[in-house]
Amino acid sequence: MRKAFGPLAALTGLMLVGAPLMVARAPYESTMGLVQKIFYFHVPSWFAMFTAIGICGVASLIHLFKTSPRADRIAEAAAEIAVLFGLMGLVTGPLWGRKAWGVWWQWDAKLTIALLLEMTFISGILVRKYGGPGSDKLAAAVGIFGLAVVPFVYEAVNIWRTIHPLTSVVPTLPATMGGPFWFCVATFMLLLVVLLMLRVNLGKRQAALDELYLAYED
Amino acid sequence: MHLRRLLTALTSFALFSSPALAGQAPAGQGAFVPVDSVPLADQLPAAPLLVTAYAFVWIAVMVYLWTIWRRLNKVEDEMRALAQKLPRR
Amino acid sequence: MFFRTAWLVLRKDIAIEAKSWEVLTTTLFFAVSCVLIFAFAFVKDGRAVEDAAAGILWIAISFSGTLALGRTFERERYGETLRALLLAPSPRAALYVGKLLGMLALLALAELLLVPLVALLFQAALFSRPLLLLALLAGGTIGFCAVGTLFAAMLVRARSRDVLLPILLYPIVIPVIIAGVRGTAALLGATPDEPTAIMWIGVLGAFDAVFVTLALWTFEPLMTE
Repeated sequence: MRKAFGPLAALTGLMLVGAPLMVARAPYESTMGLVQKIFYFHVPSWFAMFTAIGICGVASLIHLFKTSPRADRIAEAAAEIAVLFGLMGLVTGPLWGRKAWGVWWQWDAKLTIALLLEMTFISGILVRKYGGPGSDKLAAAVGIFGLAVVPFVYEAVNIWRTIHPLTSVVPTLPATMGGPFWFCVATFMLLLVVLLMLRVNLGKRQAALDELYLAYED
Repeated sequence: MHLRRLLTALTSFALFSSPALAGQAPAGQGAFVPVDSVPLADQLPAAPLLVTAYAFVWIAVMVYLWTIWRRLNKVEDEMRALAQKLPRR
Repeated sequence: MFFRTAWLVLRKDIAIEAKSWEVLTTTLFFAVSCVLIFAFAFVKDGRAVEDAAAGILWIAISFSGTLALGRTFERERYGETLRALLLAPSPRAALYVGKLLGMLALLALAELLLVPLVALLFQAALFSRPLLLLALLAGGTIGFCAVGTLFAAMLVRARSRDVLLPILLYPIVIPVIIAGVRGTAALLGATPDEPTAIMWIGVLGAFDAVFVTLALWTFEPLMTE
């Protein structure tokens, strides 16, 4: 584990605690009021998930074409963490939507494709667990294809007019909302990095264990 | 290594109550409107939803950290057991 | 060399299939029973619900496609012919294209049966804009088969392959199903909504371009172990 882990983890913990405080000081949104404040954790979760998917996709590409165990470990870790952040997004979203739209779920394009992206990476985890030998390459393929679907997700809300807030909301945030928002984004990104380091470390220890088993059998 | 992670987990867990802070209102509302005459979606209290949302994020991170910790312990235990057997061969 | 290999693979598959017609007949029959099950599931006041036609068509296509994919590659695994194919001194991607064309032919035949059947059972005006419907079906089938052929091929040597294929395939091809169903539903309205259908055909085209390219690119490293 890198030396930077300790300080990073501490910083992340502090920022996670500080984030709600910053959010409390942000102004209310005119039409949605208090419940809109879920936005400050909802959108950063999705940013983190897309970043994790990007990392997983790139690592999968490297592993598929160069067979690098290190890239495989990173892809495996990034896939799990993508599922985690996706789950956060999928839970905070409906909690917000219940109040803002009146329904828990809407089968519009963005929500649907976000859900299927989550399922894609869960299936990647399943294939690693149950696919037998060689499933690292299969999971890499899933990671790559999952990444390829992401542009469809992002454009979905713009092309197919839905009740979901447009992606133009974030660039046009007023400064008083922008501050807490980008603070939360930074917090989630740091959280992503910290969790990745932890999970990759676990992968490394598991690989070391496998090596020991092989040596034992010799 | 274990201690550092434990400290991180404890710090964040001890301050679990901070989602409630996010719901504090800034001073000054406009005119008062009785709740009954407002559409149904507005009648839902927002605070429980907000608290649940933030709490879920915290809990998800904690649970994930715990699963990593558990798996790591299992791997370390197996490694120690194997390392004991190896020198004999 | 590339297209010759693909053509040879396709011819081989057709020749084997022509001996017993096993995969074709069982896939067709399964597709029909699929439609019937949904017809009965969506019955109201003794008549099948009309608006379900687009969804049922595409569900039947994807379910029978999944089965056909599994069975086609099971045949390869059984005869250990996949290893022989991979040992041949020909571009691997050509093998993929040959297999893909075979699957497309199979599903095209299934759709030839399914579309009139669904139109009949659900009183759906599927033939009001035949060219647009054809474009939708072509785009959707190519997208589905492109990803499906790749995943089925790479799962041939994996454990739990029967259940893993749908688990891996469906989340990735759901955009195809969404586009196909919405496009078909747009054509089934009282006045067929052509601009919407054309938009969805565009989406399918984009999806197909991206995923066929990806599949061609990743086929070789995935099959090399």
